[in-house]
Amino acid sequence: MTALVTSGNNPAPANASNLAICAQKLTRKFGDFTAVDQASMTVERGEVFGFLGPNGSGKTTMIKMLTGILPITSGDATVAGIDVRKDPEGVRQRIGYMSQRFSLYDDLTVAENLRFYGRIYGLRGTTLDEKIQQTIERNALQPYLDRLAARLSGGWKQRLALGCSMLHDPSIMFLDEPTAGIDPVARRKLWDLLFDLSGHGITFFVTTHYMDEAERCSHLAYIYYGQIIADGTPDQLRDLPEASPAGTRRFEIDAPQVTSALRTARELPYLKSATIFGRSIHALVEENVTQQDIDRDLRARGVQPQEIRPLTATLEDVFVELTYKKQAKEASRA
Amino acid sequence: MLNYLRNLFRGFSAIFYKETVHMRRDSMAMMLALVVPIVEMVILGAAIDTNIRQVNTVVYDQSGVMDVAQEGSSASRDLINHFINSDTFKVYKYVHSDRELNEELVAGRAHVGIKIPLDFDRKLLRGETAQVMVIVDGSDSSTAGTAVNVAGAIGLDQSLQLVLARGINLGQPIEIRPKVMFNPDSRSPNFFLPGLIAVLMLMITVMLTAFSVVREKERGTLEQLMVTPVRPLGLMLGKIMPYFFMGLGEMMILLGFMRVVFRVPVHGSVVLLVALTSIYLFVNLAIGMLISVRAGTQAEAMQSSFSIMLPSIFLSGYIFPRETMPVIFHAMSNFVPATYMINIFRGIILRGAGFQELWLDGLILAVMGIGVLLLAARKFERMVV
Repeated sequence: MTALVTSGNNPAPANASNLAICAQKLTRKFGDFTAVDQASMTVERGEVFGFLGPNGSGKTTMIKMLTGILPITSGDATVAGIDVRKDPEGVRQRIGYMSQRFSLYDDLTVAENLRFYGRIYGLRGTTLDEKIQQTIERNALQPYLDRLAARLSGGWKQRLALGCSMLHDPSIMFLDEPTAGIDPVARRKLWDLLFDLSGHGITFFVTTHYMDEAERCSHLAYIYYGQIIADGTPDQLRDLPEASPAGTRRFEIDAPQVTSALRTARELPYLKSATIFGRSIHALVEENVTQQDIDRDLRARGVQPQEIRPLTATLEDVFVELTYKKQAKEASRA
Repeated sequence: MLNYLRNLFRGFSAIFYKETVHMRRDSMAMMLALVVPIVEMVILGAAIDTNIRQVNTVVYDQSGVMDVAQEGSSASRDLINHFINSDTFKVYKYVHSDRELNEELVAGRAHVGIKIPLDFDRKLLRGETAQVMVIVDGSDSSTAGTAVNVAGAIGLDQSLQLVLARGINLGQPIEIRPKVMFNPDSRSPNFFLPGLIAVLMLMITVMLTAFSVVREKERGTLEQLMVTPVRPLGLMLGKIMPYFFMGLGEMMILLGFMRVVFRVPVHGSVVLLVALTSIYLFVNLAIGMLISVRAGTQAEAMQSSFSIMLPSIFLSGYIFPRETMPVIFHAMSNFVPATYMINIFRGIILRGAGFQELWLDGLILAVMGIGVLLLAARKFERMVV
């Protein structure tokens, strides 16, 4: 494995019984193309695990291998204590899955969707009825039972989809971009629900593009073109030396007319990179540069900064830096 | 063992439940699927019914004296009147040469030509058998069948009357010798309808399942199903069976129409018919399933369906008799399920054939159905959503 940047707090799967997911050198090839390249990860029970990466970087392929839909080219994966290669159906009986498309049947009512998903997981009779009732109560679906799924709003669709995928009491839930396209209130409610459920021992494997959601996860991994290039808690990732390159520090600069200020700031010789966040600039500069230096040099160029303060790296900064590093490495190899 | 089997079909009842709800929700499409074949059958059936009356007929009467104002002799006029009165034939023209007679038929102006020989009267008087030639245009199979039958009946009737009038006679006085032109394999309307049912069932059943998997692919629900413990066979059978029962119901309706409205008698066992039909429905639904698993979009499924259905219709012997097909097409028709079904239909309904004659057709269909379904299940298992 080349250049895997990890937090170092990623113990070998010695205590396998406490692991929800354990992947070792998982690889999937499509012809000559390697979608996932020797990815290893461990997710402990009850964790909310955030899996990040750009589109097409192998996130979905990874989920499909772990859920037993896609055959594994090489490597091993154990999910809920079961070897995915040996018993994919056994794995599927113990996991739940919800995609960003909320795969409900639009022409079935809420009640019918619940009944169908319950039965497909082998629930029958009174058990089925109880589980359905429980899901209805937990998600407050009672008023919508006879409504066609097509007529539900995004947030309700998401609740129903989550309810359907959890009817069989899975111990691990895979959520593929669960908050794509829903409103902020529903988004907040979903995360509250996830933490509530994780408190009951359910493990969540969540992919997302939202950095604020990533910050909430108890454990994160970042995949870039098939390789996992970061793995750890949000704090551990922020403290990675790679995220704040040696000999640099970060400042946040408040200035009027932030766009033109950014253009000016980029003329500063000691500035490594800069980007706009809202109405301020996040700047990465050489280590020996101070607030006073920046203030003086900007004013000399006609920009009047209101405030300059030191900044710790955000997760986005971390992923951007890690991605640049990776790209540079690939480029130099080529 | 039992557990293994149950596991193989896991998810069947859930899918079955879901599909019946889909059918209920989409009742408009289901009604259409049920009603359209009936309408088609009525239209096609009715068209056949009107064709077998007032068939344009041309007469070449060589008997009698040429310069008399009337055509033919009194005996031949008598016979022709019988033809006219039968309501099946409409004599619109008399011609005076074989060439003219032929021209009328080739041009399609006449579908029947009656040729009465020069010695018609003389032979009748001598008590010999007088032969009348009835030339029938076989390109219209329904007309041809009726014309031949009715002409034969008229000949017999006339002969009978002559025999009764004259007392004992040695031979049949008038013999109608039918000659079918253009299409030696003359078929009656009874031949047409059973084949039509097989074709109609082919069209609706293949189409119904052809969309079922690919629709879920497009909607994204298949992705969800893939992470459930449902097994390919459970999924496919669960999807097929609701349509199977629907197809069976439709089949009963079409058979009822055939029997009651179009008065096609069923000579063989109805139970055997239903049993063999079930196998045929299953094959078609499995073919639709295979199409659906392979297709990437619903439009693709539609095209594949047509590219299977149209050749099936032509190769099955429904329109062109298989015996007259070029060797290659004849060989290909062996792989078309409708070929066997049409044979079964015509066999049971028209010839009164039983299990002894038809078991092989049924077996071939069953093997086809299971083979196609397993192929679809394999394809499904390897499918990456």
